[in-house]
Amino acid sequence: MGQTFAEKILAKKAGRKRVIPGEIVEITPDVALSHDNTAPILGIFKKMGGKKVFNPEMHAIILDHATPAPSTKHAENHRVIRDFVREQGIPYFFDIGRGICHQVLVEEGLALPGEVVLGSDSHTPHAGVMGAFGAGIGRSEMASIWALGNLWLRVPESVKIAVHGELPPWVTAKDLALHVIGDLGADGAIYMSVEWFGELIEALNLSQRAVLSNMTAEMGAKSSYLPPDQKVFDYLDGRAKRAYEPIHPDPDADYTIVKQYDASTIEPMIACPHTVDNVRPLSDIAGTHIDQAFIGTCTNGRLEDLAAAAHVLSDKKIADSTRMIVIPASSQVYKEALRKGYIETFLSAGAVVESPGCGPCMGNHMGVPAVGEVTISSANRNFRGRMGTKESEIYLANPLVVAASAVAGAITHPKDLE
Amino acid sequence: MDGINIIRGRVWKYGDNVNTDVIFPGKYTYTISDPIEMPKYALEDLDPHFADGVQPNDIIVAGTNWGCGSSREQAVTCLKQSGLGAIVAKSFARIYYRNCLNAALPALICPDAVDAIGNGETIEIDVAAGEVHCDAGTFTFQPVPAAVIKIFEAGGLIPYTRKLLDKRRGVE
Ligand code: SF4
Repeated sequence: MGQTFAEKILAKKAGRKRVIPGEIVEITPDVALSHDNTAPILGIFKKMGGKKVFNPEMHAIILDHATPAPSTKHAENHRVIRDFVREQGIPYFFDIGRGICHQVLVEEGLALPGEVVLGSDSHTPHAGVMGAFGAGIGRSEMASIWALGNLWLRVPESVKIAVHGELPPWVTAKDLALHVIGDLGADGAIYMSVEWFGELIEALNLSQRAVLSNMTAEMGAKSSYLPPDQKVFDYLDGRAKRAYEPIHPDPDADYTIVKQYDASTIEPMIACPHTVDNVRPLSDIAGTHIDQAFIGTCTNGRLEDLAAAAHVLSDKKIADSTRMIVIPASSQVYKEALRKGYIETFLSAGAVVESPGCGPCMGNHMGVPAVGEVTISSANRNFRGRMGTKESEIYLANPLVVAASAVAGAITHPKDLE
Repeated sequence: MDGINIIRGRVWKYGDNVNTDVIFPGKYTYTISDPIEMPKYALEDLDPHFADGVQPNDIIVAGTNWGCGSSREQAVTCLKQSGLGAIVAKSFARIYYRNCLNAALPALICPDAVDAIGNGETIEIDVAAGEVHCDAGTFTFQPVPAAVIKIFEAGGLIPYTRKLLDKRRGVE
């Protein structure tokens, strides 16, 4: 019997021929990712008696969650992190404004095929877009990695998701992700490695593929994987920080769940309050009033997403009753969006453009809703209270739908604006 | 596993998919950093009676996917600090499960027991034997993985790492 991607990479990392699901292995990750939570992790590291980190090159520290600092407390938090980075000689540090950690990891050539990324952030499976094994871990676990260099992992069961057909117009990888999450449920892939295959996955560009690896976290998964191909290798050419060796699952690997989807049957999908798996087709809820529209986050804040939103907004204004916030996922995305004129389109339409980072995604700043307000967002989470107040509602959609809804002041299919 | 072998306490019962945003609200994650302060906000958005009413060794009994959402450890710390003895659930979100074990807060997967146990009931858990005793009878659960027991025995990942670091420095 062959092995899944997760089994293969964990066996390799553990120095074993093969491992089986449920087994515990101890491994040393290639990348240990942390963000604004680096300071609290440092507190735990010190409590453990830690002085020098195990390997400074292993760290990727990216400030993104509350950047630029919205309060003195946040600023202090950042200062502690900068001191730590200098003191330990950590080379891969990216200060405020560079962008959201998962996006920056990819742009900087630090998420590499056949490597393991452990991150103290639940969307670390994002790295699966490059064929890396990315898994989220807790703060104490991160501190323990800093100290000892390794951590225990349970070898996960694996899910195979095969997607065929083509996406219809106005339908994106976001809709596919929501469709699959609605089908499998928020616990549909709990502890599992979700491995995506099929002609549609091959056809998607990296930006769209990243939506899938990113949203895999919302099925309860441990990690995700999309087969690295020439598109990935070309992207990494001149960008990869190290030589890498892709790992592919065996064709006869044993998957606990196998799902097939036909992309051509999917329509724009919306995750309704207050869970990501509360998914309905757009046509069911079109007309729902919104107060705010938000384009951004590690899920849908890339150049392609901004292009999609700008396309919908060009020569239009957002509704009087509505605000729109746009936050590019990284400084690279921001620069390109400026060059291509998208930022001007947003400003002309009446939107607010903020500096790269997580923004209001988890309620920190730059556009949190008021009590009773409704937000439509291109993010990955709509839990009660996620954006700051539990008395507000969040709908998740693709960037075309978010932009169209900003124009109409209500949840709207972009084709209805034409 | 001294101290956590037998856990006897009152049950706080909750449903499926309780996420970390309601266990410990995101708005506090960068403003409240002292663990002693955290129990005050535990489950604030789910059960306003919990924070005041929880007694040492009480037990949360929950449905599937307890602790889904963000990786924030405070969602475990706030419960551990409140004196909670254990969480019995049908299933746990992966990171939450790890955070529990690393904090030496027993996280036990026992779907049959969850269905049988009522809110407010007093139950007893034998961690070593892998048994839950409740009004409806006795249920068994998968024991904590052997590789994690050593972390449990050290009292959590922090003391465990400290011990190993000291040992490494000793041999250096
Ligand atoms: S953008 Fe949102 S989901 Fe992504 S890392 Fe930031 S807070 Fe998390």
